[in-house]
Amino acid sequence: MGIQPDSRYVDPEPWSDATDISAPERSDMDAPGWLLTWRKFRRHKLALISGIFLLTCYLILPIAGFIAPYTPNERSADYLYAPPQSINLWHEGSFVGPYVYPITAEADLVNFRWTYTTDETTPMPLEFFCEGDDYNLFGLIPSDTHLFCAPTGATVFIWGSDRLGRDVFSRILYGAQLSLTVGVIGITVSFLLGITFGAMAGYFGGKTDWIINRVIEVLRSLPELPLWLALSAAVPSNWGPVAVFFIISIILGILDWPGLARAVRSKFLSLREEEYVKAAEMMGAKPARVIRRHLLPNFMSHLIASATLSIPAMILGETALSFLGLGLRAPAVSWGVMLNDAQNLASIEIYWWTAIPMLPIIVVVLAFNFLGDGLRASLDPYKN
Amino acid sequence: MMFLRYAVYRMFTMLLTLWVVSILVFVIINLPPGDFLSNQIAELRATGQAEGVAKAEFLRAEYALDRPLWEQYMIWAGFMPGPNGFAGLLQGDFGWSFEFDRPVGEIVGDALWLTVLVNLSAVLFVYAVALPLGVLAAAKSETWVDYTAGFVGYLGLATPNFLLALILFYYGNKYLDLPIGGLMDPALEGEPMSWEKVKSILLHMIVPTFVIGTSGAAAMMQRLRANMLDELSKPYVETARAKGMAPARMLAKYPLRMAFNPFVADIGNLLPAMISGSVLVSVVLGLQTIGPSLLTALKSQDQFLAAFILMFVALLTLIGTMISDMLLVLLDPRIRYGGRE
Repeated sequence: MGIQPDSRYVDPEPWSDATDISAPERSDMDAPGWLLTWRKFRRHKLALISGIFLLTCYLILPIAGFIAPYTPNERSADYLYAPPQSINLWHEGSFVGPYVYPITAEADLVNFRWTYTTDETTPMPLEFFCEGDDYNLFGLIPSDTHLFCAPTGATVFIWGSDRLGRDVFSRILYGAQLSLTVGVIGITVSFLLGITFGAMAGYFGGKTDWIINRVIEVLRSLPELPLWLALSAAVPSNWGPVAVFFIISIILGILDWPGLARAVRSKFLSLREEEYVKAAEMMGAKPARVIRRHLLPNFMSHLIASATLSIPAMILGETALSFLGLGLRAPAVSWGVMLNDAQNLASIEIYWWTAIPMLPIIVVVLAFNFLGDGLRASLDPYKN
Repeated sequence: MMFLRYAVYRMFTMLLTLWVVSILVFVIINLPPGDFLSNQIAELRATGQAEGVAKAEFLRAEYALDRPLWEQYMIWAGFMPGPNGFAGLLQGDFGWSFEFDRPVGEIVGDALWLTVLVNLSAVLFVYAVALPLGVLAAAKSETWVDYTAGFVGYLGLATPNFLLALILFYYGNKYLDLPIGGLMDPALEGEPMSWEKVKSILLHMIVPTFVIGTSGAAAMMQRLRANMLDELSKPYVETARAKGMAPARMLAKYPLRMAFNPFVADIGNLLPAMISGSVLVSVVLGLQTIGPSLLTALKSQDQFLAAFILMFVALLTLIGTMISDMLLVLLDPRIRYGGRE
């Protein structure tokens, strides 16, 4: 029938009992959990942007070597403490494409520092997909192609160079590889320990609970940093950078689990009494199965949100340790190691660009916080 | 009377925790292979200084470092007589610093109360900032006041402490003429207490207090705001408003009192973080607290000094938590003594 003369609409299909009139609503109710979560999460704009930003950051990590114009320990002896150079497009009214002005260093023997003069007459266009120093793509494939590099006779220090003439921008990209993965490895360790001990305490109760609870209390009542310091001081100094990196991440994780374990424990204490747990037990499920299949999925989402919120603490922890010289050490590059170089007032007053690594730290930590808040709000099924 | 019993019980658990902590600290300190003296002996042997070796060997025997680890622990803690009878932490003998060649007690001396002072002022700062801001952010929620407070709070959480310290120090000195470095004028160090010295310490404490307190204040403010918002949506608030109570008076009288307890209880989480922060900030700013000594002691494996500082830091935290627990019992009649959980 369609549209009636008086502009009413009537469905032309004949009436049938088989039609499910609640179908439109059902499609919403039957949607899988992740879709509902995603719909809620989408509304938290800040969290969404943070999530996309962090995803991009982590995707860039394996190809950091390609994007960085220099390799992290490549020194330009003629350009110590070079200030940031800008990349311009237009020169004297005409378009030349991305270019830099060459800079030359001069020793200022009055103030004992390098001063740089920019030659603004000759724009030198950047080269793209050019050959530079060797690096490993994805950590495996050797390559020497860089996204962009300096033309011969000039340099491209977007964020300046440090006291050894190393490019700060490239080092930040390489530093991200360690600084960003520390949190992920640390949180994995903390997750495993926290869930295991928390679940044991909450599920078995009694003596196990008492002992684990006391351990949690003791660990929580201690200041973290001095313990981190003491544990990292125990790392033998002859270990390679990779081993030190892993052990530092594990140390950060080992001291982080009590908070998580407490949350798991209190949740388990209440869930243990539910009927479905009793049913599973009566059907002969072993404790490990009950915990894994019936209890944990209940609040996995909550755990993921709280994990996202504790990654920043680990990133800051690594930074602090490396800054104090007890974490990662050169030749390893991390944001903390870079800031270790900027550890004096001179670098803030005169060479302010050596303190730039603080920006990625702040931005990443903020992004993790926003993402975690957004996740927590959207994963809670009772909150609308 | 009931309170007294609770206090004694709480004291007892604190001592128990402290004992566990002492074992933990001792194990951690002994984790690295080798120790200060064996390193030194090896070095002296290599350079052929026989008399130095004799002294180091003497110190090794004197501090029982040649015995099995568990005996070392018992002697260090003072549970067991060492070569010179009972001389451990329990007896007030904190051991010998091999690096500085002086007793540990002498080295830390002044640093101990300065550490307490710095942390105390940071805690006061946190409460002084977080309380009004948290209440304000909740009362004016979803207005620019709330957003600004939230943004500043997030920024405080995300900025690494040590950087904030450096930056504030530089600009504080440049524009506000605040003194740089240390906790007092170098000229006044070691002088007896005087009005001058107090003034100098107060002036030097502005930046450290601010830096150590910021992240704690940010977290505290967020939590107080959340608690206040929970309370503000309850019917009694509506009743009070409907009856025409002045908003400020209403806030202070009802919801704040309800939201205040978690605020006090939170010091248990706050304190460890603050003390961590104060160690870091002290190293960066060169404050005469125990922070810098801890770092050098750990780096050079000066085990008695490092162990004592770790113990002291833990003790400080435990006492702080205990005080907050007792305050909570006094504040909140619903919490019954002993039977928490």
